Amino acid sequence: MWNYTDAVHDHFLHPHNAGRLDDANAVGEVGSLACGDALKLYLKISADNIIEKAGFETFGCASAIASSSVLTDMIIGKSVDEALKITNRDIAEALGGLPKEKMHCSVMGQEALEAAIRQWRGEPPVPHAHEEGKLICKCFGVTDAQIIRAIRENGLKTVEEVTNYTKAGGACGDCKDQIAEILATELRQQPLTELKPRPRLTNVQRMKLIMKTIDEDIRPQLEADGGNIELVDVDGKRVIVSLGGRCAQCRASAVTLHDLVERLLREHVEPDLIVEEA
Amino acid sequence: MKTIYLDNNATTAVAPEVREAMLPYLTDLYGNPSSMHTFGGQVGRAVEEAREKTAALLGAQPEEILFTSCGSESDNTAIWSALQTQPEKRRVITTRVEHPAILNVCQYWERQGYRVTYLGVDARGRLDLDEYADALSEDTALVSIMMANNEVGNLYPVARMAEMAREKGVLFHTDAVQAVGKTPFRLSEMAVDMLSLSGHKLHAPKGIGVLYIRKGVRFRPFLRGGHQERGRRAGTENVPYIIGMGEAARLAAANIETERRDVARLRDRLESGLLKAVPDCLVNGDVENRLPNTSNIAFKNVEGEAILLMLDRLGICASSGSACTSGSLEPSHVLRAMGVPFNYAHGSVRLSLSRYTTEEEVDYVIAHMPDVIKTLRALSPFKD
Repeated sequence: MWNYTDAVHDHFLHPHNAGRLDDANAVGEVGSLACGDALKLYLKISADNIIEKAGFETFGCASAIASSSVLTDMIIGKSVDEALKITNRDIAEALGGLPKEKMHCSVMGQEALEAAIRQWRGEPPVPHAHEEGKLICKCFGVTDAQIIRAIRENGLKTVEEVTNYTKAGGACGDCKDQIAEILATELRQQPLTELKPRPRLTNVQRMKLIMKTIDEDIRPQLEADGGNIELVDVDGKRVIVSLGGRCAQCRASAVTLHDLVERLLREHVEPDLIVEEA
Repeated sequence: MKTIYLDNNATTAVAPEVREAMLPYLTDLYGNPSSMHTFGGQVGRAVEEAREKTAALLGAQPEEILFTSCGSESDNTAIWSALQTQPEKRRVITTRVEHPAILNVCQYWERQGYRVTYLGVDARGRLDLDEYADALSEDTALVSIMMANNEVGNLYPVARMAEMAREKGVLFHTDAVQAVGKTPFRLSEMAVDMLSLSGHKLHAPKGIGVLYIRKGVRFRPFLRGGHQERGRRAGTENVPYIIGMGEAARLAAANIETERRDVARLRDRLESGLLKAVPDCLVNGDVENRLPNTSNIAFKNVEGEAILLMLDRLGICASSGSACTSGSLEPSHVLRAMGVPFNYAHGSVRLSLSRYTTEEEVDYVIAHMPDVIKTLRALSPFKD
């Protein structure tokens, strides 16, 4: 049994903007019956480039339907350029997360959105969005460009993760060596992943993300210098922490607080967080 | 909300009689069957009675029954023993539609240098006996063919296939986990050398399995150590579960005609009701020759996991061969081996009944399935 969030259940059982849009002026289609999931996204884009309406038809599991539904919520009212900034991670996070084996559902949403906008812009039709690069996974029709993008945008580290996000390598498995090569090249070259603010965190999501950022990104850096940090409280956008270890006596602790703790939390969680010392 | 449990090929409810039979061995009668004192000895006698009941269900001798922890252990042991006792033979024959408990073990031995032939099936999931005859060679250490398929319910001609193996002097094992208690057979009249079964598929609890080893077949233990099970499987006997297995076997023997008649009648009512109520669906498998409790229905252009989650909201438990339910990215290996088209394979749902299934439950499913499929089809981009 999958451990779906309530948001996934809600969007699956009561999808928003389901069905085709008869007055759509942009349609993006990805996936196929053979792949086990497919999404047809309809957009009505105004003369001043605003997505006024969106609709979708999805064949697939609960997370595919929920990803499509939440995507339409996220893009309605946005300009085309703003909408294009949405990554698959944004889609997954708007659902409160997806099981890792289901991340490819969020990728499908992002690809359908791009395909629709390309069509609206009069760019060459891109069947299944496999337009660029060399075909790596023949079973699911996944190119190296798609794999590299998934690696960069999601910080993927293993072949299994690549399969979870793109499906590549998930059937016959013949391309796993090639995926491993792409990964090796990427992990050597990868620049720091660009992180963007995420939309509308709930208090629980914000708290979890703050704890995760402190545990995974901030504390290890402080510990390297003999310091430590504990989260004391989160009050709206105020994050109250206490610095320990060597940081406690360090005169530069105000700098640490501002330049490291606040910067990383703003980068990873929300751009308007304020960090205070307890 | 009432639970409507139609996933009996996954596991079954523990029968109340089984639970009652087990309870004394979880409370007062905790002795070790190997002990010299009367307190332990009485438990040893109860274990032997359970062995007799299990043997009776299978048409076997008590000394041919080995208690294990599960069907997978029985399968692993059967293959291990066959290969260890015949080191000169380097081939195994099985099918593409076996349970992973056989398939993955065969693949392991393949990596150790064995040659494994996986027999294919036709669109209804049937084996080709000519292909089997061609594959059977004297250097084959073991043939392992399931008696009934867990996903589509197909019954395989194990009696005939075992005869063919014996003519070539080849050992024959059958994974009968899904078949025992649902279809009658007598091992004393068959050329089957080894058979695996699992208690929790026939209303015993999880954690007890059986391996039948025909008298005279050479055996090597998989689990070494103490002298239990006449030196064939070390480890103190799982007494309460063995007692439960014995009682479940007694009940299965008593109920087998009910199973074949009443459960089959309910299954047919469910199946024909669904085929009538829902457009564009079909039955997977060999409808003339399958288990009485299993129906595998493929709904065109909808995805199985989505169906299961909607059924779950209605209290209905079923399973699916769709890619999404397993976490793999492809539909089940059984449906792929059968060549079921993708637009049907992804929407396949297995409904498996038991003697506890009622007509009201079946009718509830028939009443609610059309809406579930209609809702999902309305969402789907594939309309034709």
